[in-house]
Amino acid sequence: MSAAAPPSIAVEARRLSKRFGDFVAVDHLDLSIGRGEVMGFIGPNGAGKSTTIRMFCGLLPPSEGQAMVAGFDVASQSQQVREHIGYMSQKFSLYGDLTVAENLRFFGGIYRVPQREMAQRLAYALGMAGLQGRDDALVATLAGGWKQRLALGCAILHRPPVLFLDEPTSGVEPQARRQFWDLIHQLAADGVTILVSTHYMDEAEYCNRIALIDRGRLVAIGTPGELRTRGLGGALLELQCAPLGTALAVLQQAQGVVDAAIFGDKLHVVAGSGGLTANALAALLQAHGVQLASVRTVTPSLEDVFVRLVARGQETRPAT
Amino acid sequence: MKLRRLLAMAYKETLQIWRDPRSLAIALIMPLMQMGLLGYGVSLDIKQVPLCIYDQENSQLSRAIVSRFDAGGWFATTGVLHSQAGVRAAMDAGTCIGAVVIPVDFSRQLASTGTASIQAVFDATDVNTTNIAQGYLQGVVAQINAQIQAQWQAAHGVSASQLGQVDLQPSTWFNQTLDSRNFIIPGVVAVILALVGAQLTSLTVSREWERGTMEQLISTPVTALEVMLGKLLPYFVVGMVDAAVCLALAVYWFDVPFRGSVLTLFAATALFSLVILGIGYLISVRIRSQLAASQVALYVTLLPTTLLSGYTFPIDQMPKPIQALTLVVYPRYYVTILRGIFLKGSSLVDLWQPLLGLVIFAVVIVWLAARAFHKRLD
Repeated sequence: MSAAAPPSIAVEARRLSKRFGDFVAVDHLDLSIGRGEVMGFIGPNGAGKSTTIRMFCGLLPPSEGQAMVAGFDVASQSQQVREHIGYMSQKFSLYGDLTVAENLRFFGGIYRVPQREMAQRLAYALGMAGLQGRDDALVATLAGGWKQRLALGCAILHRPPVLFLDEPTSGVEPQARRQFWDLIHQLAADGVTILVSTHYMDEAEYCNRIALIDRGRLVAIGTPGELRTRGLGGALLELQCAPLGTALAVLQQAQGVVDAAIFGDKLHVVAGSGGLTANALAALLQAHGVQLASVRTVTPSLEDVFVRLVARGQETRPAT
Repeated sequence: MKLRRLLAMAYKETLQIWRDPRSLAIALIMPLMQMGLLGYGVSLDIKQVPLCIYDQENSQLSRAIVSRFDAGGWFATTGVLHSQAGVRAAMDAGTCIGAVVIPVDFSRQLASTGTASIQAVFDATDVNTTNIAQGYLQGVVAQINAQIQAQWQAAHGVSASQLGQVDLQPSTWFNQTLDSRNFIIPGVVAVILALVGAQLTSLTVSREWERGTMEQLISTPVTALEVMLGKLLPYFVVGMVDAAVCLALAVYWFDVPFRGSVLTLFAATALFSLVILGIGYLISVRIRSQLAASQVALYVTLLPTTLLSGYTFPIDQMPKPIQALTLVVYPRYYVTILRGIFLKGSSLVDLWQPLLGLVIFAVVIVWLAARAFHKRLD
């Protein structure tokens, strides 16, 4: 890279790739995350989310391409990268045989938090995790939500400008997940850049932007609203009609229809932009003997969008 | 390298040792157990060898000879036999491991020719014991000969000086009582250090991989060298304390003579600890399963220490190729130094060769260990 990343960009990947033997885990990924942004990292299991995050953290060297984190190259300046990031790995990774306070003090020492600020930062982390007064509890005895918040507390003791959270809320109950996301937004409000992977679609809604990755490739990126409106490649129509089977067969072959699927007792049809109008649709179905009761435009959920995008990727690309 | 991070590592590791019953047991109880077992249990001295007697003659002389075998505590007569077949039977039954047969014409032969033979039969399944028992037997026979000679001389009015007899007066140095305990116990310290040091450290890195804490740790700015030193420091202290306890037990409990300098002993022990901890750490870095790491640690530390260090089996009795092999068996240097300091009072200068051996090993192993760990996942 010829010049350092501009200050407004906290994380940037350019054609970032990782191969394990013949297996391509991350395939020429381009991604840039602005300062203070909460970027959601969504994708099926094995899509390459963890591998990408590990490359950003300097834990895995890229096979190809580059990544800059907080202005440092992850391959050649991994030590500086580590000074400027906080990381929560997918597996819970604090010391279960140490107490809450001992874990915090250990990471405080490892990150060389200035001694005079230590007490204040430990208190902040304890408060954030909701563990005041439980300093002496062995971490192994804590419930999932507390463990995760404590892990976050340990990861931000040194006030890193960039945070990488790899599925931080997996296996955590909904209430605790909600609290965790409140913390993420507090940190973002303080200017911390956060890349957080998740497979909970409701959590994706909390992100400023979402990057959808599948088979190591960036499939779509944008705000939740943007992805909902243009992620499907057309408007989503909900049809009440009978018989459903005939209607499905007709619509899947029809010009201007991107996708059609049965959705409960209704039919969901993605009409390509400038393609099929509601009237044309009604005419087409009547010609095939289908009774159309109603048609309405619905807002797709993010889940609709992701399922559609991942499916499309698998149709258009030959299996490796 | 930052001291702050190193100390944070060392403190964390200390807490983990303290809270892990297995580590604590290895660190605190194992040395005492080993010291007791090996101090009391292992002895290369053989006393009261069970012996059977088949006295075919049963004369006054033969009975006098038989009574000599019982004297001195080397042998214990466990059976009196009455046939040659009885010898085999007694050995099969395990009544004795040696039998002495005095022929029926023993006294007559001695009187007419001046020499007579007695037969000794040994069960040589345990070669070591047999060799030692044979030695004892020769000693007893030599005494008998001397007695017969003295009687003859007295009867013929000749004094020993007229015959010009050669008399051997053996004198043993450094372990005057020829007590094998004095020879074994200093070596026990090496065994304990090898066992404790490598067993504890072999788990220190693999444990973090297995529990998933390693991924978090290597995402921090801590360097590989800080991880190594921080992890080894507490184990080094444990090793030195264990060694001190064992050495004190050797001197004050088992009464092994201590003739050398404590400082030399300390230096050699520190070097040996470094080698052992470095090996344990190398294993731990290379092998990510705790169980496998602990097994491998046993093979590369305890086995050479017990078998090839000269701790139990004298190196100069080994076949030449094995003797050459012991040069790369690091415990041999430490065992040599321990015995030198304990029994001979050897100084730094006397011990420069084994000390140099240890220094070379310590440098190489620690250098390899420092390079082994990478803060990467692949």
